[in-house]
Amino acid sequence: MNVFASALGAAAIVLASASGALSARTDLVLGVVLEPPHLDPTAGAAAAIDEIVYANIFEGLTRIGPKGEVLPALAESWEVSDDGKTYTFHLRQNATFHDGTSFDAEDVKFSLERAMAEDSTNAQKVLFSAIESVEVVDAATVRVSLKHPQGSFLYNLGWGDAVIVAPESAEGNKEKPIGTGPFKFQNWARGSSVTIVKNPDYWGEPVALERAEFRFIPDAAASVTALLSGDVQALPNMQAGDALPQIEADSRFKVVIGATEGETILAMNNGKEPLNDLKVRQAISHALNRDEIILGASSGHGVPIGSHFSPANEAYVDLTGLYPHDVEKAKQLLAEAGYPDGFSATLKLPPPNYARQGGEIIASQLREIGIELEIIPMEWAQWLEQVFTNKDYDLTIISHTEPNDINIYAREDYYFNYQNPEFNAVIEELELTADPAKRNELYGQAQRIIAEDAVNGFLFQLPKIGVWDAKLEGLWENSPIQANDLTKVRWTE
Amino acid sequence: MTAFLAKRLAVGLITLLAASVIVFSVLEILPGDPARIMLGMNASPDALEALRIEMGLDRPILARYLDWLAGMATGDFGRSYTYSSPVLDLVWERLAVSLPLAVFALSLSTLIAIPVGVFSASRRGSAADTITMGAAQVGVAIPNFWFALLLVYVFSVGLRLLPAGGFPGWGESWAQHWQAFKALILPAVALALPQAAILARVTRSAMVEVLGEDYIRTARAKGLPRTQVLWRHALRNAMIPVLTIMGLQLAFLLAGTIIIENVFYLPGLGRLIFQAISQRDLIVVEGVVMLLVASVILINFAVDICYAIVDPRLRAGR
Repeated sequence: MNVFASALGAAAIVLASASGALSARTDLVLGVVLEPPHLDPTAGAAAAIDEIVYANIFEGLTRIGPKGEVLPALAESWEVSDDGKTYTFHLRQNATFHDGTSFDAEDVKFSLERAMAEDSTNAQKVLFSAIESVEVVDAATVRVSLKHPQGSFLYNLGWGDAVIVAPESAEGNKEKPIGTGPFKFQNWARGSSVTIVKNPDYWGEPVALERAEFRFIPDAAASVTALLSGDVQALPNMQAGDALPQIEADSRFKVVIGATEGETILAMNNGKEPLNDLKVRQAISHALNRDEIILGASSGHGVPIGSHFSPANEAYVDLTGLYPHDVEKAKQLLAEAGYPDGFSATLKLPPPNYARQGGEIIASQLREIGIELEIIPMEWAQWLEQVFTNKDYDLTIISHTEPNDINIYAREDYYFNYQNPEFNAVIEELELTADPAKRNELYGQAQRIIAEDAVNGFLFQLPKIGVWDAKLEGLWENSPIQANDLTKVRWTE
Repeated sequence: MTAFLAKRLAVGLITLLAASVIVFSVLEILPGDPARIMLGMNASPDALEALRIEMGLDRPILARYLDWLAGMATGDFGRSYTYSSPVLDLVWERLAVSLPLAVFALSLSTLIAIPVGVFSASRRGSAADTITMGAAQVGVAIPNFWFALLLVYVFSVGLRLLPAGGFPGWGESWAQHWQAFKALILPAVALALPQAAILARVTRSAMVEVLGEDYIRTARAKGLPRTQVLWRHALRNAMIPVLTIMGLQLAFLLAGTIIIENVFYLPGLGRLIFQAISQRDLIVVEGVVMLLVASVILINFAVDICYAIVDPRLRAGR
């Protein structure tokens, strides 16, 4: 009898929510692939953290907009001194944290110093490396002094790793995040979902959604059935797969293909024979057929790249024509390098589809010029240890998803084993330059140098495949940073 | 009987200790640095070092093993590296899904399998027997994830009767309990079908053997009705192999359901372990595996007691 009564109750709830749909809906369930390990963006690199909290729960002094632009956030405005070494930020005065404590200059000082500290576990500590000191001028003004001018400083402050937290609640942010954003954390059902609700005391424009739930669905097929059955209404990052045409054909849904900051590359160990020979790397670059790779590894979605740079960025230079697909040329270069019959090497592949499927295609393309690849699939932890940390590899396929990360080629001891003083000089100059035009020119030079050196096989920009209910608007098309910004999301009608 | 159980208990404890050594050392050998996995590719060396110290990974292996063992003995399984909450809390949350699901699936499979098995055995060689056992053969052969997807397409995408996956939590009100129960129906059916098929075949063959015994003929000869002979005299004696299989199935259903958990994205124990292994959250893997070893030992212990209940010879002897 009880069961029957609750069934009736459940039916009544269904009816109630159906009639509520006459006015626009205010709830949303999003399917996301990975569950974050915790919810503190200042203490972990997992993209899954930022995909929930960025711009929704936490805000920084600046924020990154949907096109990758720097926008004001908790800092209303700022001034930069002529030497480019002093930034004065004017803060919002009506902002409060979700636990009711007020936001002021002390919180900014606390957050930045916490991230820079010796025992800090911030995953992007390097973002703060230029900061000399943080000074509280008054409750609404903060002055940051830099060791040297840094062109990307305002952009850096917009990262999820640089959000402002309160000294009262910082320790608990992993479990119960307390920020200043338009949504408040409500509940985390581990293994299942995170729910956030509208913050009625938000300082800025109020959000349209009352409630949003991020549901963790790791399996690609399960996420598709969840969408088709209406359990979830949006998959902001759908895993490319066979189901895409089926959804594209369904008028209930919108499929939006955008770009990410993920440069997908065939990384080569430049410190190991025979890959330390420029001609060998050029031969490999000529042997790659990007269109085939994109078709097989990414369902045909993704923009080809010729260097380590996002085509969406205004400083982008198209270098895809530098080493066009040319098997004869590749064979000739290989012969010149002393390998007329080719050689054999290993290709270590991390778990994502683009790597596993792309790997097989690349192996067959390189076989045409006589290079035999032994494919070794590995899980993430193994890949990070063997390939990334110990550099025990010949070739691997990986997408570098951090925005604007061409400077990794200047890093000493990075897993590419690439060293070029000329390139390092360009990056050093870039670091000190604030003028946008000059920066773009330097970015262009940097792109050209690594492309000419054929450091890696540059394949394609990883697409962001977003699928959501056709009545939903305001979700990001591209992902200039890892985020699911819900501040502008609303149901139409 | 007491001596028998005491001996089983001692064996169980030794098994636990041996398992702890194996689990701990295997995970030590496994490549992958937990700190690196948490902080990612861009992390600076000093941030990594700070995190390693915070997690206690800089201490010698033996010291960590002994601490872990001492902790478990007092009920403290440590804190998860990634979730930074106590391992026991995590397990407890997952058990709220895995345990009801396992019990639900096992009850379903038992309720289907035993009548079917008994029925087939009693009509051995008939067309009905051939058909049910043929169906059971198909049930064993069908991969459960495929069957699960089929159920989702029919009942969630098509009819929209049941959710395609997820678990809303048990909640407080009856309506919430009902929602949670509804979320478990399809996974339980998907898990129960192959189990039921196996169990039905085992029940049938055990029954066929028992039905050939002399005492069954005696019971029939003294005029007992057919159903009574079947259900009271024969089934009871056929229960030993059936109970063994049920014990194995319960152990499997508790943690081996990762594939079904993935199809229905349920937050169960299987996914907790899978996630912990890929994130090198070693303390969680260690703790959960130990708890599973303990529960398998406990289930076997319970099965032993059940043997003793159905077979009086085991109660008296040894």
